[in-house]
Amino acid sequence: MNEDLRRERASATFNPELLTHILDGSPENTRRRREIENLILNDPDFKHEDLNFLTRSQRYEVAVRKSATLVKKIREFGISDPDEIMWFKKLHMINFVEPVGLNFSMFIPTLLNQGTTAQKEKWLLPAQRLQIIGTYAQTELGHGTHLRGLETTATYDPETQEFVLNSPTVTSIKWWPGGLGKTSNHAIVLAQLYTQGKCYGLHAFIVPIREIGTHKPLPGITVGDIGPKFGYDEMDNGYLKMDHYRIPRENMLMKYAQVKPDGTYVKPVSNKLTYGTMVFIRSFLVGEAARSLAKACTIAIRYSAVRHQSEIKPGEPEPQILDFQTQQYKLFPLLATAYAFHFVGAYMKETYHRINEDIGQGDLSELPELHALTAGLKAFTSWTTNTAIEACRMACGGHGYSHCSGLPNIYVTFTPTCTFEGENTVMMLQTARFLMKSYDQVHSGKLVCGMVSYLNDLPSQRIQPQQVAVWPTVVDINSPHSLTEAYRLRAARLVEMAAKNLQTEVSHRKSKEVAWNLTSVDLVRASEAHCHYVTVKLFSEQLLKIQDKSIQAVLRNLCLLYSLYGISQKAGDFLQENILTDSQITQVHQRIKELLTVIRPDAVTLVDAFDFQDVSLGSVLGRYDGNVYENLFEWAKNSPLNKDEVHESFYKHLKPLQSKL
Amino acid sequence: RMGSPARVSMGDAWSWQVHPDMESERRQPSFDVERLTNILDGGAENTALRRKVESIIHSDPVFSLKDNYFMSQNERYEAGVKKKFHLHMIAQRLGWSEQSREFRYAFRAVTGDLALGLHHIFLKSLQSLGSEEQIAKWAPLCHEFRIIATYAQTELGHGTYLQGLETEATYDADTQEFVMHSPTLTATKWWPGDLGRSATHALVLAQLICSGARQGMHAFIVPIRSLQDHTLLPGVTAGDIGPKMDFEYTDNGFLQLDHVRIPRENMLSRFAQVLPDGTYIKLGTAQSNYLSMVVVRVGLLLDEINPLLEKACVIAIRYSVIRRQSRLRPSDPEAKVLDYQTQQHKLFPQLAAAYAFHFMGTSLQEFFQESYSAILDRDFSLLPELHALSSGLKAMVSEFCTQGAELCRRACGGHGYSKLSGLPSLVSRVTASCTYEGENTVLYLQVARFLVKSYLQAQASPGSTPKTSLPQSVAYLTAPDLARCPARRAADFLHPELYTRAWAHVAVRLIKDSAHHLQTRLQSGADEHEAWNQTTVIHLQAAKAHCYYITVKGFVEALQKLDHEPAIQQALQRLCDLFALHGILSTAGDFLHDGFLSGAQVDMVRSAYLDLLFLIRKDAISLTDAFDFTDQCLNSALGCYDGNVYERLFYWAQKSPTNTQGNPAYQKYLRPLLQSWRSKL
Repeated sequence: MNEDLRRERASATFNPELLTHILDGSPENTRRRREIENLILNDPDFKHEDLNFLTRSQRYEVAVRKSATLVKKIREFGISDPDEIMWFKKLHMINFVEPVGLNFSMFIPTLLNQGTTAQKEKWLLPAQRLQIIGTYAQTELGHGTHLRGLETTATYDPETQEFVLNSPTVTSIKWWPGGLGKTSNHAIVLAQLYTQGKCYGLHAFIVPIREIGTHKPLPGITVGDIGPKFGYDEMDNGYLKMDHYRIPRENMLMKYAQVKPDGTYVKPVSNKLTYGTMVFIRSFLVGEAARSLAKACTIAIRYSAVRHQSEIKPGEPEPQILDFQTQQYKLFPLLATAYAFHFVGAYMKETYHRINEDIGQGDLSELPELHALTAGLKAFTSWTTNTAIEACRMACGGHGYSHCSGLPNIYVTFTPTCTFEGENTVMMLQTARFLMKSYDQVHSGKLVCGMVSYLNDLPSQRIQPQQVAVWPTVVDINSPHSLTEAYRLRAARLVEMAAKNLQTEVSHRKSKEVAWNLTSVDLVRASEAHCHYVTVKLFSEQLLKIQDKSIQAVLRNLCLLYSLYGISQKAGDFLQENILTDSQITQVHQRIKELLTVIRPDAVTLVDAFDFQDVSLGSVLGRYDGNVYENLFEWAKNSPLNKDEVHESFYKHLKPLQSKL
Repeated sequence: RMGSPARVSMGDAWSWQVHPDMESERRQPSFDVERLTNILDGGAENTALRRKVESIIHSDPVFSLKDNYFMSQNERYEAGVKKKFHLHMIAQRLGWSEQSREFRYAFRAVTGDLALGLHHIFLKSLQSLGSEEQIAKWAPLCHEFRIIATYAQTELGHGTYLQGLETEATYDADTQEFVMHSPTLTATKWWPGDLGRSATHALVLAQLICSGARQGMHAFIVPIRSLQDHTLLPGVTAGDIGPKMDFEYTDNGFLQLDHVRIPRENMLSRFAQVLPDGTYIKLGTAQSNYLSMVVVRVGLLLDEINPLLEKACVIAIRYSVIRRQSRLRPSDPEAKVLDYQTQQHKLFPQLAAAYAFHFMGTSLQEFFQESYSAILDRDFSLLPELHALSSGLKAMVSEFCTQGAELCRRACGGHGYSKLSGLPSLVSRVTASCTYEGENTVLYLQVARFLVKSYLQAQASPGSTPKTSLPQSVAYLTAPDLARCPARRAADFLHPELYTRAWAHVAVRLIKDSAHHLQTRLQSGADEHEAWNQTTVIHLQAAKAHCYYITVKGFVEALQKLDHEPAIQQALQRLCDLFALHGILSTAGDFLHDGFLSGAQVDMVRSAYLDLLFLIRKDAISLTDAFDFTDQCLNSALGCYDGNVYERLFYWAQKSPTNTQGNPAYQKYLRPLLQSWRSKL
């Protein structure tokens, strides 16, 4: 092991194994996760080549091969818990991109949620066994998050009892679905349903797209790959154009809405249930944000302990770059953020499971709030993580730019999270809508509960005007609880400000929609402040649950750093609203620098506790043993570009260039 | 249209018709777009020349970028070499020299997608660091491509910190040779472009050891590949460093030297010499080695980094008037996404920054021209300021352009993730600029040292005439300062003097604070270096505020010269206001901190800012058209001039090799998986 890393690990103030247990949820979870990881690491079928040296088409092929092996192995090893399948896939797939992924993550769940018993009987087993491969086709070339704008039509023909699916325009071509380009032979297609001359909105249809046996597109179907992307090389995101393509009536998913053989439309009872799936996906995405950021921090912090550069004092050997204040200031707040988001993700998953039980008992009352608030958290965590991964990459200097660092891959794989499953700005505005609704409710005299209950305390909402004294002006910058209060105040003030600006715009102009648009920058800001508050709150509450004193101490420092760093970045809000004074802000800056020094000795151990195997980091810079330079050199030598000492382009282009002159 | 050539591209049927949503944006421009293009080009004759060069390049199929997104690293490299070769032939035929405008324009038209770019850096370094005899010997060899040269500075274990480099050049007086050697693995030269497979010679930066003493970094010309068969010379190990985020057309490489001997004359000796007997003679200051880096940084701003942001803005803004999403009013059709305030808030600050950097880059270029010849004559008085300015602006411009291009990419939603949008390539290319030619944090801290020094200098001479002794860019440190901002209404924040002074105030306060923090540490007994390290976060903050101030001021001054073009001046003034106010809102804490702005004034800034978004909206397409990028050079399915986004995206996707070259994975893996179903049918 590299000497610097050995020393770092020896100096830690806590046992990383205990922290790993907390992150996994329990020692038992840690044990089981490692057991599964070892299954993969010890299995010769899973030996993998370095994807960085392959072309896109080769990467796709490798991914398909792995997907096929995966299906067999999961069955063989008897793994069925969704979390465990996730662990299994993540290690196996490195960046977790699989062409048949949507078959399991979208096709089957949609079938389960929206299919009738007969439909499940017909399609479920073949899909689970990959005898058919399905995908889920929603977004179109010209339409994304705004579902009502989708143009694909499904027109019912009672004569033949068939639906006629059609892509009437270029903008209506289905675009982006994963696995659609080359892999899938079926797709669940979302289309505007027309029957008896009337449009009934979006519904889901199972559409065969490729011929069984030959895999050729069926007549009336144009399907293909949408071409190269920023990342996701392994995935054949596809397009689908349907030309008056007929499918049987039974292929419409009819658990809720139905079309009778004569074309009569039967309305669904409630659509709130689909909220549940979205909440689940968002909780998963927040967890992914935490994991991706944790990986990036692991790489950047380990490398910063190995890399030596410049001088702090002349004459002394070059210091580890992790000893530079600026490097600590770049990385430690991000490390704290990775921990914070981990706890947010865990909270969302717990809440989802709790509410799912309520739903089982027919209680849907909490769903709208949860749906609205998780939208913002997905946007908040993915935006922050997106920037943070890039910051980690840049903190590795030039080597971060090489694919050997693994960081470019982590980034390009993560960044679509900002746009898929709901574009982030739209998500923030959904949360804002809920915040405005809650604000109005308080304004009209009703109390609100849950994460927005702070709106009950706004001074302007009180019947008797009170002095500013209602607000605790003395924030103790060493108390996570007190800092949570400060964030709570900021959220309350920004929500109120957005609400008032919205009212002003409404009073100037008639249309609510125009007023909403002209306030939307404020509304997004209010949502962000709300999500920031929730994150600080969840992190500080987590501290109370930790038994081990040494771990509690180190997490408390991270929690303080996360909270104070946020204040320093948004100092304007805290000053403008008189939540903190000038001198407190100066103290905040000072305290942050102290915390950097306090966290420094534990930094490497804090990333070790994330417990990523080298193979799942996929990074030469982030290796556990720290032997960076030797392996960097080996990696480069393995590059196919170095196969011949003299590249053929020398003979083709350079030599003639030299001789012609 | 006003003057510019027809811009439809590709010969696709739909591209002869401008999309009605684009057409309507251009119907009533509030200023003459062509004249703004002329201003950006530095004169109408330059615009004409640029277009002439572009038409030569674009009519030549060798330079087509059509297949770029579908090519492997090897193919990109080969194409890069081929294009370089071809361009060179054209340049020779038409008599374009490497320093000419024509050559710059050609570079722009091929989007810099050329191998052998380091050749140029080698030449610039040779001219800055070489003696007249050395220039006379090597420059022609280089110009005629009889040698292919690169510049090898960074090492596997060492980057921006020059003194840390390990490669050694030990003088052997017996043979009058230098022995070039990489003593450790970490001393391996790593990253230089063209080094992996192309270069025959490298300008190697190494520690000079002569007569037993270490004399610091110097530059040496080292032959590395045979001029006959291109094989590596004895003692040389070199190769490609493997795949990167971008720059696939360049073979960034590694180089190990094992006691390779070169003649004494191969050390560049404008500023230092080693005499035959091993005596070392210094002719310049310690900083003179930095000169070639200054030269390179200045050139990068306008020719490489800022255009990447400009293109990202063009693509994202054009796409945003074609893309429709949701409704603003229930009765209306779906709205153009550019009509959403949140979209304007994402894109317009980026557009404003691109213009700000254009004008700032131009004025830096002018300052550079003034000081460069003096420095070559060994008058170093302007070098510290030139170094600080070029470091700070390189750091700021690369940081903002990287964030801005990525924001533009994400503002295009899912389609921004497709390479066919052109945006991923712009982002992954511009982001490299944050670490190459000096890592940004290190550069900002160099600026900070200059600021602290200037501040202390200003303090030390009260009563005397400090203004004359302070470099021009920091003269504001001694200018009279306001304690409170006088603004009373939102409209007051649209006065350039007002926000320029606000920025000056904040920069001065932060510089003062950072100097005081440093002094306090020193007085409490910390040693100088420890004290510096413990205060670097605030130094960083001060340096950033200074650079922002300089840029705002530069933008304001550039616009004052446009009085004869009131319509253009007005449109650009809004961008300038937006740039200044967006910066204030992003760092509002710094302005509120000492009470310079009140909470109410920050609200005024916010309201002025939001109103500007609305005003800029109607000029948005004209302001991006004015950059005058051809469709070929944008190479984006989303950003073409005609706005036929969806047709082009569908058309290009169908050309992807994934659609034209079969699916071996089906035969090998999918078919067996699907077999069992087949047997049931």
